[in-house]
Amino acid sequence: MTMETTPKQSWWNRIAHPGQFVTWTRPLLWPLTVLTALLFLAGLYFAFFNSPEDYQMGDTVRIMYVHVPNAWLSQFVYGVMTVSALGTLVWRHPMADVSMKAAAPLGAMFTALALFTGALWGRPTWGTFWEWDGRMTSTLVLLFIYLGIIVLWRAFDDQLRAARVIAVFTLVGAINIPIIKFSVDWWSTLHQPASVFRADGPRMPGSILTPLFVMFFAFTFLFLVLHLKAMHTEVKRRRVMTLQRKAAQGVGA
Amino acid sequence: MTAFRAMLVRELRLALRGGGDMLTLVLFFVIVGAIVPFAVGPDRELLARIAPGMVWIAAFLAMLLGLDRLFRPDHEDGSLILLRQADLSLSAVVAAKLIVHWAVSALPLIVASPFLAMLLAMDLDTFWRTLVSLALGTPALAAFGAVGAAVTVSIRRGGLIAPILIAPLSIPVLIFGTGSITASQSSAALLFLAALSLMAVALAPFAAALAISSGED
Repeated sequence: MTMETTPKQSWWNRIAHPGQFVTWTRPLLWPLTVLTALLFLAGLYFAFFNSPEDYQMGDTVRIMYVHVPNAWLSQFVYGVMTVSALGTLVWRHPMADVSMKAAAPLGAMFTALALFTGALWGRPTWGTFWEWDGRMTSTLVLLFIYLGIIVLWRAFDDQLRAARVIAVFTLVGAINIPIIKFSVDWWSTLHQPASVFRADGPRMPGSILTPLFVMFFAFTFLFLVLHLKAMHTEVKRRRVMTLQRKAAQGVGA
Repeated sequence: MTAFRAMLVRELRLALRGGGDMLTLVLFFVIVGAIVPFAVGPDRELLARIAPGMVWIAAFLAMLLGLDRLFRPDHEDGSLILLRQADLSLSAVVAAKLIVHWAVSALPLIVASPFLAMLLAMDLDTFWRTLVSLALGTPALAAFGAVGAAVTVSIRRGGLIAPILIAPLSIPVLIFGTGSITASQSSAALLFLAALSLMAVALAPFAAALAISSGED
């Protein structure tokens, strides 16, 4: 039996160095961007020209192809932040901090877009921009949590210390979100038993599912591209701050 | 256990001798409740209908107002650093602080709630239910508040940020709190409220201690 004594340089350790991370992931950025653009082209083509109108909602059903991916991302991004928070607290992975910080504004944006497109869709179909329905209410609360986390990031001077504190709060939020969702559902069924939402709508034909799936992947890849780019920007921003600090020390000495 | 008791006694002494903090909170609670009729009109029927919600809102705001004194004075005079080095684990310290915080900021509100019940034209039955729901729900508010105060303790303007962070997390408490007074399934809501409080009080000291120790060094 031989013992492995040399430290293994796995990809996991390699990307722990911010500079290495940027050089390793930069080649991914362009292919991912092109892939996202192609997915959007295909998805929008299907959504606008190659899918039928709904027999009740008419053309407004096409809002769904934008609304549903955004609603999915509003929760997926919080998942990414939760995993990054674990990365910060458990493995102390330096890039987990950066990933967590870069994801928060994106999550807030996708959540706001989900609410916005939902309001645009709700007006012609239900006759109201806003309804205190369970799903809409919990999405709004999720937006507030995202905004709170962004405020928290901006309040700290020391970003390394901020990361660990915010990781704790992100995890507390992750435990709480299912509870909030459950309580809001309980509350909204209590207030309006005949909800405008049917349980799961009419069954969708494949002609509607295809553009939905393509758009779903398009938006997910859009998030991945933006997230990666935001992480690179954050790494550079920190480097600039370090250089400025060094320059200021040089002037003072 | 003696260290824990010493911690409890210290916190209680600080809270009771620290001037009129407790009375100020009670006054705030009563004033918020008393302002409502000026905003919505003195119609007794309307007041009676919204009274449970208003009492909960007043209690929620009063608890948010009292958050800043949970960790900030200890952070500013440096005793939080000493407490981290102590034999007693930081989670136990936070738990002691949480218990005393509830006793000096939530208990007085519950005691003062008859005033609001009278001002807002509550009937006796609703009043008793409000009392029970406040008693069961405020521990959860205090626990969430402790997490928020711990997260923001090392930020200079943290007192402003903590309420923004905590308010979304406290929504279930408000829902089940008012639900246990007004809704048709009030006993279910009361059980949910109790479960929420137990869970929050059990987990919050660990989360708050983790936040404090990661923010301090």
